[in-house]
Amino acid sequence: MSKEITVTIDGIECKAAEGEYILNIARANNIFIPAICYLTRCSPTLACRLCLVEADGKRVYSCNVKAKDGMEITTNNDEIAQERRAIMEVYDVNHPLQCGVCDKSGECELQNYTLYEQVDSQSYSIRDTLRQSKNWSSVLHYDPGLCIVCERCTTVCKDMIGEAAIKTTKRGGDALPKELKEEMPKDAYAMWNKLQKSIIAPLNGENTDCADCGECISVCPTGAIVSRDFQYKSNAWELEKVPATCSHCSTGCQINYERKHTSIENPDESIYRVTNEFHYVSLCGAGRFGYDFENRDVSKDEEAFDKAVQALQKAETIRFDSYITNEEALILQRIKEKTGARLVNPDAKRYQDFMKNYGSVSGKTLYAGDLKSAFESDFVISVGSFLRNDAPNSRYAFNNIQKLNKGAGLYFHPLKDELVESYGKNVIQFAHKPGLEAAALYLVLELFGKELPADIKAYLDGFKYETTETVTETVKEEIVENVEEIEKDEETGEEKTVIKEKKKLVPKKVEKEVTVTRNRLVEMLGGPDDFDEKLAKMLKKKENFTLFVGEDCIASENAAELAKLAAAVERYCDFNVVVIPSQTNTLGVSLLCELDEEASGYSVGYNVKGDFTLSATGEGDLDMPALNQQEGTFTNINKRVVPTNAGIGYGGYELNDLANALGVGEEQTVCFTEQLPVEKGFKALEFDALPNEYTNSMEENRGYLLALGECEAAELEKIELAQQGMEGNIAYRANPLQQFNQFTRRAHELEAQKALYCSVTYAEKNGLKDGDSVTCTVANEAFTLAVQTDNKIDGDIVYVPDFDETLDADRIFGGKRYSNISIVKG
Amino acid sequence: MSLEQFKDRNVGTQEYRHIQASTSPKTPMEKFTQVVKRTFSKELFVGLKVVFTQMAKGPKTWHTVKYPQEKLPIGPRYRAIHKLLKLLESGNERCIGCGLCEKICIADCIRMDTRYDENQRKEVTEYSINLGRCIFCGYCAEVCPELAIVHGPRFENASEQRAHFVIKDDMLTPVDALKHQKEFPGFGALSDDADKKVKKTPLAY
Repeated sequence: MSKEITVTIDGIECKAAEGEYILNIARANNIFIPAICYLTRCSPTLACRLCLVEADGKRVYSCNVKAKDGMEITTNNDEIAQERRAIMEVYDVNHPLQCGVCDKSGECELQNYTLYEQVDSQSYSIRDTLRQSKNWSSVLHYDPGLCIVCERCTTVCKDMIGEAAIKTTKRGGDALPKELKEEMPKDAYAMWNKLQKSIIAPLNGENTDCADCGECISVCPTGAIVSRDFQYKSNAWELEKVPATCSHCSTGCQINYERKHTSIENPDESIYRVTNEFHYVSLCGAGRFGYDFENRDVSKDEEAFDKAVQALQKAETIRFDSYITNEEALILQRIKEKTGARLVNPDAKRYQDFMKNYGSVSGKTLYAGDLKSAFESDFVISVGSFLRNDAPNSRYAFNNIQKLNKGAGLYFHPLKDELVESYGKNVIQFAHKPGLEAAALYLVLELFGKELPADIKAYLDGFKYETTETVTETVKEEIVENVEEIEKDEETGEEKTVIKEKKKLVPKKVEKEVTVTRNRLVEMLGGPDDFDEKLAKMLKKKENFTLFVGEDCIASENAAELAKLAAAVERYCDFNVVVIPSQTNTLGVSLLCELDEEASGYSVGYNVKGDFTLSATGEGDLDMPALNQQEGTFTNINKRVVPTNAGIGYGGYELNDLANALGVGEEQTVCFTEQLPVEKGFKALEFDALPNEYTNSMEENRGYLLALGECEAAELEKIELAQQGMEGNIAYRANPLQQFNQFTRRAHELEAQKALYCSVTYAEKNGLKDGDSVTCTVANEAFTLAVQTDNKIDGDIVYVPDFDETLDADRIFGGKRYSNISIVKG
Repeated sequence: MSLEQFKDRNVGTQEYRHIQASTSPKTPMEKFTQVVKRTFSKELFVGLKVVFTQMAKGPKTWHTVKYPQEKLPIGPRYRAIHKLLKLLESGNERCIGCGLCEKICIADCIRMDTRYDENQRKEVTEYSINLGRCIFCGYCAEVCPELAIVHGPRFENASEQRAHFVIKDDMLTPVDALKHQKEFPGFGALSDDADKKVKKTPLAY
């Protein structure tokens, strides 16, 4: 751990960790320093220069200077005030006076700082350049006229999201008048000089080719980048913010649903957009744009309700998925206890079994790591997760540490992700064959394991072999050259030619035979030949390690072995392991419900097809509230129980009403929050006591952390490795970007469709085009899909989505993620 | 100034001066005398004199306004039912949909729907004022940066319903009436010396 230091900011003593930026220390201590361009969790860009402060008598930018012990910092003096005012004046030069129709509608940082610096007159001017607004993609609209080139969008896209889909480019503006250099405050001039030269543009061409996460919209301080769907729909101040938790994946990001009446004719509330605290949490496209999946216009249908109660009474099985709250999971468990029905949730069952096996080696009921530790680590390994699509925030962490912590990473996944290697120099991607996840985990054990059991160590050493290789080395050789030189005799002034001998070092390539130790595991996984050398370089100065274990491992046939191996990484290596829960509340459901393997008899489905279906999509026999219409809690990837609120009203029956009819209900669903079992790590806190916010010091003050339980553990036993991965045409069960479940599918801004997704090379090889209809056969079941190329993947593995309930890929794939597939055109 | 004396609420201890009102009649006889005195004093006849003189002069000099057939002209600062104005030159709507009127409205009676239109502009698709709630304070007109919403002279506002609305069509100047649209010198308009108050921004052209 870094040691604690004390600095004095404006006379206030502040304690901080060593290596922290002055700006962050000030913010954590509620001291205000103006700054536009700095984003916490991203690298400083030094575009705005507003955060000037005086540290020990020197002028520095507080966003990129690390505090030293005993530093005296003044945040303002006459000179700095002059600079700041000049900077704000410059930002206002040629800025259109269209605040009335700007989509930022008063949430504008340019406006705020202009008023803060009390800019009431303008002393600078320059000829404007023609800048036309453009649509970058189906969600992004860019108006360069409003852009102040703070570079927050490019920074977040590169440092956090990892797409680097936008860049600064030339504006072609006039050069500044030379005399200004003398007249103007220095930093304001430098800032303007840069501003006048740059503008933001997509990386290639006219359109952005990215995940459309919309984080650039979120971070934009002005109305330059806006959401096309939201544009001009509403002013920000009319929207009521409802702090909630995103319900689409297990990260459970904190979001605000922003709601207002639908229109003048329709006073019912609608959600207009989702916003986030971008300094503390970054959303993916599904979180930001997938908000209107509510079950609308539902009233209490008593007849259907009575039928539902009868159905529950006679049901032998209740089927459900993990897109439910903890409270609902607890209600289902209570119903099970009352009626004896089986609870069938294949997703949570797999996870439950996985964690049970995991605990048998790690000694803890839960994994040790979380996203916070991942963001703080400097070496990250991902095994068995299609990070970009499966768990966007884990991928942000993977990318972020490469950029900010000078990190390194290993990415093991059969689907080659074109972006992974662009995250940083020190990232190696292993596009191995499916089924070799165990080899990847063994490799991690081999590389990082300390005090491994002897048999494991011997087994791992068995993979090593020595070989001689011819290496080309560059050797510097000393050669002697005769050089003619003209010398001038100083006395006579005569010139004469002298031949001199000179020694010189010349690089020379030498071929050499060397003995090297190679690892067959690396070769099995398709790693680079010089893996050892690369790794040695990657491991320099690395202290904190993270391992992401994805759904591939949980859904694998060898899940039990993989769980033990993953736990071994936690036990024998100094790793924070995160087992990414596959659905939003998989972790919560797996803790709260006693799940059964097999379904039998009459079944009631909750958001899943059953003989009687309770559904939040409005297509079942009895309507249920969707997750944006419910209060409750989720247990997220950080092992944190986070509260969510109802973004929008609901008029029908909910699960608690059914429970009440069966005699196990409570007055309200959230009354179950304090009944969540303490022995599983939950706390007996009532729902209204759960906070949902971030503090200025970046602390996540949301809900509470699960208490870690202990369980009996044994040493890892040797597990024979499958030497062969899967062969043949392989399909992978994965969702396209931004789609996670049947609810994201209903959001009107998310457009990805059910299709057969493949790489561009695969499509070319097989003569397929976007939109071609193909008949796919998986496990003797045929279904027709349109082809859709995904230019961010490579290789021959195609992927089939399961977010669309009309294609039950989870069942077709038998719960696995990989399956052989035959694809016939037409 | 000290507020001590105002905080002393023990009535009677302060130095109040009692004003003596005239004594009211007490016995029935005294009351009767007062009524007779008031009825037959001169004031009655002064009024009657005016009425009879006007009657004699005939209807041509009468000043009575026959409301509702006739209405008096109303001052430009009068704040009655709102109007949405158009640009005189192009006939386009002045309202840009900034929503300030909606924001400032203390009775919360203004609502508007906006959208992104084909010309990449903000278009106000519908605008409504709930006159049942409006208190005609004039803030909307005052805050409007485009002089788009003003108060008109139409003050008859009776309705069978409490929720009495006007929508955009009711308030917006019709195309054929554009030539009659008057610039509004009243509430919310620029002051005469507005030019002098503006600090000029330097231009590089």
